[in-house]
Amino acid sequence: MKAFTVVKGIAAPMDRANIDTDMIIPKQFLKSIKRSGFGPNLFDELRYLDEGQPDADNSGRPLNPDFVLNQPRYKGASVLLARENFGCGSSREHAPWALEDYGFRAVIAPSYADIFFNNSFKNGLLPIVLDEAIVDGLFKEVAAHEGYELVIDLENQKIVTPTNEEIPFEVDSFRKHCLLNGLDDIGLTLQDAEVIKTYEEARKTTSPWLFNN
Amino acid sequence: MAGKTLYDKLWDQHLVKMRDDGTALIYIDRQLLHEVTSPQAFEGLRIAGRKPWRLGANLATPDHNVPTTSLERESGIAGIQDPVSRIQVQTLDDNCDHFGITEFKMQDQRQGIVHVVGPEQGATLPGMTVVCGDSHTATHGAFAALAHGIGTSEVEHVMATQCLIQRKMKNLLIKVDGELGQGITGKDVVLHVIGVIGTAGGNNCAMEFGGSAIRSMSMEGRMTMCNMAIEAGARVGMVAFDDITAEYVKGRPYAPTADQWDMALEAWSDLKSDDDAEFDKVVEVRAEDIKPQVTWGTSPEMVTTIDATVPTLDDAADDVQRSGFQRAYEYMGLTPGQKITDIQLDRVFIGSCTNSRIEDLRAAADVAKGRKVSSTLKQALVVPGSGLVKAQAEKEGLDKIFVEAGFEWREPGCSMCLAMNADKLGSGEHCASTSNRNFEGRQGYGGRTHLVSPAMAAAAAIAGHFVDVREL
Ligand code: SF4
Repeated sequence: MKAFTVVKGIAAPMDRANIDTDMIIPKQFLKSIKRSGFGPNLFDELRYLDEGQPDADNSGRPLNPDFVLNQPRYKGASVLLARENFGCGSSREHAPWALEDYGFRAVIAPSYADIFFNNSFKNGLLPIVLDEAIVDGLFKEVAAHEGYELVIDLENQKIVTPTNEEIPFEVDSFRKHCLLNGLDDIGLTLQDAEVIKTYEEARKTTSPWLFNN
Repeated sequence: MAGKTLYDKLWDQHLVKMRDDGTALIYIDRQLLHEVTSPQAFEGLRIAGRKPWRLGANLATPDHNVPTTSLERESGIAGIQDPVSRIQVQTLDDNCDHFGITEFKMQDQRQGIVHVVGPEQGATLPGMTVVCGDSHTATHGAFAALAHGIGTSEVEHVMATQCLIQRKMKNLLIKVDGELGQGITGKDVVLHVIGVIGTAGGNNCAMEFGGSAIRSMSMEGRMTMCNMAIEAGARVGMVAFDDITAEYVKGRPYAPTADQWDMALEAWSDLKSDDDAEFDKVVEVRAEDIKPQVTWGTSPEMVTTIDATVPTLDDAADDVQRSGFQRAYEYMGLTPGQKITDIQLDRVFIGSCTNSRIEDLRAAADVAKGRKVSSTLKQALVVPGSGLVKAQAEKEGLDKIFVEAGFEWREPGCSMCLAMNADKLGSGEHCASTSNRNFEGRQGYGGRTHLVSPAMAAAAAIAGHFVDVREL
């Protein structure tokens, strides 16, 4: 998992409540054998004018000019601004996979669906919860200023706006630790690599036949 | 202090570390891989720039998607007609080649269903922890091993760390004492047990099968029973080590030899629950009471005996079960009170990780010998569990018996157990199947599955409906 320390990037507004995981990544893409490569199909049904197919080339597909991420000013955005209950619906881990693969590192919204919230942390994507009024203020700023960039400083738990305004946010300390150090379950277990090796050495002595190949 | 159960011993032997949050790191001796649940795990390793912790602990083979007709198989992966399946199988090859993991590829004679291949190669050994991204990994517990089915994230975790994060489960003993009647197999015993304790009866338990009937059962029978522990809700099924286990393991490609064999035997001899071990729960079953079993509904607990009738709503224990029964009658197209022997069949499937080993095929061939598949059947399939099972059966002439009787003799794979390849039931078709799940749509959209033993499936193929194999 990618470590998350400080992320600076353009914020893109998805001005809509209850964005579900089907919207984030439609079902036909779950046939994939990968957990990467979902980026081109993030928000597929909103983003393109035709129906997307797994493993198809997306470059020639007609884009929906009205969809926010298709506007040149939001190109390369890494912070997604959203409304309440973001990520509701199915439990597919493909949703954070797709957001991450597209290039998003953080989402800012007043609230999230539980499973999506958990899945995000496992995949290096930081979901930030802010007051509805503050989120609303950010939506207005983003609309008013082209190239509006936010700095997200996880260590100090603050968002810095282009006018140097600081917005503090909360995050569970254990999850913060994992994100800062880029630790997923595997990363955490590997902190015990020495313990595992010691166990393994002992096992080689008691059951050498398990280590013949 | 009370003694230890087999599960306690295996747990203690593999405990690497207890963690502050109450979970434990358990060391994994063997991971089996197949094409469906491994691609994202390999991809995860790649993205994180990680390598498998211990290459030799892993063994892979494609099984779920592979075609079973010789025609499709002859041209290798390129011959797989379904493009999505073809890519999945190809991906397993590519990943194993890339990371250097041993794989029995589709054209390799050692290829087969993971749960058949592991034991057959001696890649599953007594005292091991075995995992696979497949719930029927419980099968391997028949070797006094601790075997868990796991998810894709866990597959990646085990590849990268050689450990699984676990919480300890409860101990459940299923004690089958007495002597099994003629024609009664492990499949009948386990279906009977599921009928008694229900599909949630083993939830959060490691389930050990013990008692004199299990002690005299073959390894094939024990594997069939452990395979279906998951159908009773238990992620883990187990049988203690004994001479029958040793006999089966000896001489297999991955089994220890020479001095190591003696050393292993010594270590394995303790792989049983102590006499004074305390179980959280014990269920006792009399072997003599078990008759040939047939499932009538859409859950393995909806099971009855060959001489019985489809249960009526009065037989249901409560309202929840009553509504389950109602839905099952409808889906299965059966009437309450209807005789099991009156259920007409469209197809018969002999195969799957539950019942596709040589002993299963021998039992079915015994019934099929000199008889003919009923003309009312659309298809009767025999799908061996591995290329080696197929070769052995052909050496014994079982293939000829099947073909002469009108069965199709296929290449190894999961096949109609879950219908991920071309072998499927049509909507509304009834199938006598030796597999493990009779869920709605499991063997094809709208398909109706009845779970039985291999001999019962063969007998049903001959008659065109269910018959008591003991009366043939
Ligand atoms: S045979 Fe059936 S149950 Fe067994 S591994 Fe294959 S699909 Fe799963």
